[in-house]
Amino acid sequence: MTGYEAKDITKLNLIAVRIRKHIIEMLYKAKSGHPGGSLSAVDALVALYFVKMKLNPKKPNDPNRDRFILSKGHAAPALYAVLAERGYFPVDELKKLRMIDCMLQGHPVCTYIPGVEASTGSLGHGLSFANGVALAGKLDKKNYNVYAMLGDGETGEGQVWEAAAVAAHYKLDNLTAMIDRNFLQIDGNTEDVLKLESVKDRWSSFGWNTIEIDGHDIEKIIDALNEAKAHERQPTMIILNTTKGKGVSFMENNVDFHGVPPNEIERNIAIEELTHAEKRLEALL
Amino acid sequence: MSKKVMVNPRNAYGEALIELGKKHNNLVVLDADLSKSTKTIMFAKKYPERFFEMGIAEANMITTAAGLASCGKLPFVSTFAVFATGRVYDQIRMDIAYSNANVKIFATHGGISVGKDGVSHQMIEDIALMRVLPNMTVIAPSDAIQTGKIVHLMAENHGPMYARVGRADAPLIYEKKDVEEIEIGKGMIVEDGQDISFISCGTMVEPALEAKKTLAKQGINARVIDMHTIKPIDEDLILRCAKETNAIITAEEHSIIGGLGASVAEIIAEKNLSTKFLRMGIRDTFCESGAPCDLLEKYKLNENHMVKNAKNILKN
Repeated sequence: MTGYEAKDITKLNLIAVRIRKHIIEMLYKAKSGHPGGSLSAVDALVALYFVKMKLNPKKPNDPNRDRFILSKGHAAPALYAVLAERGYFPVDELKKLRMIDCMLQGHPVCTYIPGVEASTGSLGHGLSFANGVALAGKLDKKNYNVYAMLGDGETGEGQVWEAAAVAAHYKLDNLTAMIDRNFLQIDGNTEDVLKLESVKDRWSSFGWNTIEIDGHDIEKIIDALNEAKAHERQPTMIILNTTKGKGVSFMENNVDFHGVPPNEIERNIAIEELTHAEKRLEALL
Repeated sequence: MSKKVMVNPRNAYGEALIELGKKHNNLVVLDADLSKSTKTIMFAKKYPERFFEMGIAEANMITTAAGLASCGKLPFVSTFAVFATGRVYDQIRMDIAYSNANVKIFATHGGISVGKDGVSHQMIEDIALMRVLPNMTVIAPSDAIQTGKIVHLMAENHGPMYARVGRADAPLIYEKKDVEEIEIGKGMIVEDGQDISFISCGTMVEPALEAKKTLAKQGINARVIDMHTIKPIDEDLILRCAKETNAIITAEEHSIIGGLGASVAEIIAEKNLSTKFLRMGIRDTFCESGAPCDLLEKYKLNENHMVKNAKNILKN
């Protein structure tokens, strides 16, 4: 469907594994941060930044660029690692996450991190910001696309539904949002904390085009992004069915790793597992 | 006595938006179902493609404005002061102030002279809420002529800004030439005097001028300052008032906590200025429904109370 060969997809999966390794190292060094929701978001970010998005890391403010807004700002390590690997800033910066006098803040800030579009971290804002970017694109008749990623728990915020209504009202078909549907938030399973199902029906009833896919299948993510881009007169919501902590066995579906970094032993096991996955993918090329 | 010319500052805002819309084709306006009251409807009629009705969804409106600004647009966002600040505080903090977005929040219906709608619509904490935010400029224009000029200055100066006017028609204080040279962050000496300084903003400038007339008949010569910008506050002018007059009275249609009076008090304290000092404003209470003039009398915010306070402070 994507026109991508198996080899291309393997390369993208390899990038995703390397991003996951960065995330583990960053959080281990920072001794704080959010592993679970960073790891679950990686594959969609790779599909966006390494395939779909029209961008130029040398010109991060190019007015014609596609934009991505990370509404679930606590997944900042995933975004930072992707931006660094894509060339927005040196990979070395990643080691200084959350440290004093350093660029990479605990949550994204748009005023001084190249490639970061919106200052997020307080949940529920990102879709509204994306609306503004999409409205400006329509007004200026530019053909850039706007992407936003929300956490599933994040959609408990009322502002998300204000934004959902406005995006549908203005027929923002240049906007594609994604929900990282990993079913876990700090206090437990999303359905126990504050029921979200049916996520798909909620967005459909707000007037959105909805697509539901495996959020770790990069090929399917690319297909869904293509479908969203082609869809007219409605914004699209892609529900990414994901696993919190994806790629590290003891972090997967483990809510204890929402906001707790790995200790030394955990870091070593995680890196070993990811290196193993990396070697397996390399062998396929 | 000549009859005062009454003009609504909200209309001045609407007119200024139309002028600015012609000059700046990146100017866009957002409103939350109150365009008839805030007068953004004037812009909406002239430039419908650049007006965004956001419905009764203020949080989304504020952040959307930040998104528009990130694409080089110059958004003016309007609703009542109560909904433009407290209701959307986190959105302003993250998406406008922290992000240093070039968004202009222009709020109407500030203060208690909103009147009969009562506490839900009387905003007396907005200046304090906005003033505490880094990067944010805070302005309360006093009459329609000054409001028009301020709206132009907001468009022409980069950065997050908050301005508020009241609901009611207001007597004209200025002619166009009086405001040509004004700057954000520089207060105006409207009438000079040596005995006492009234430092007022917004709707409290005109009563201070009336109080000056009454006091003059009793041999007291008052200076009247229009401190339209509360942040950044004009420190030099406060210093001058403390040195050149015997007392300072601040007046604002706002809580005495966190607003103009508090700003002036901070300067007086930190600069070790020795002056008599009184804050006039809402004294840490919610008000109530009532006719604007009845409210201003009950909560001691009119020219009569200014005269009384001036005489008392100079006597003691």
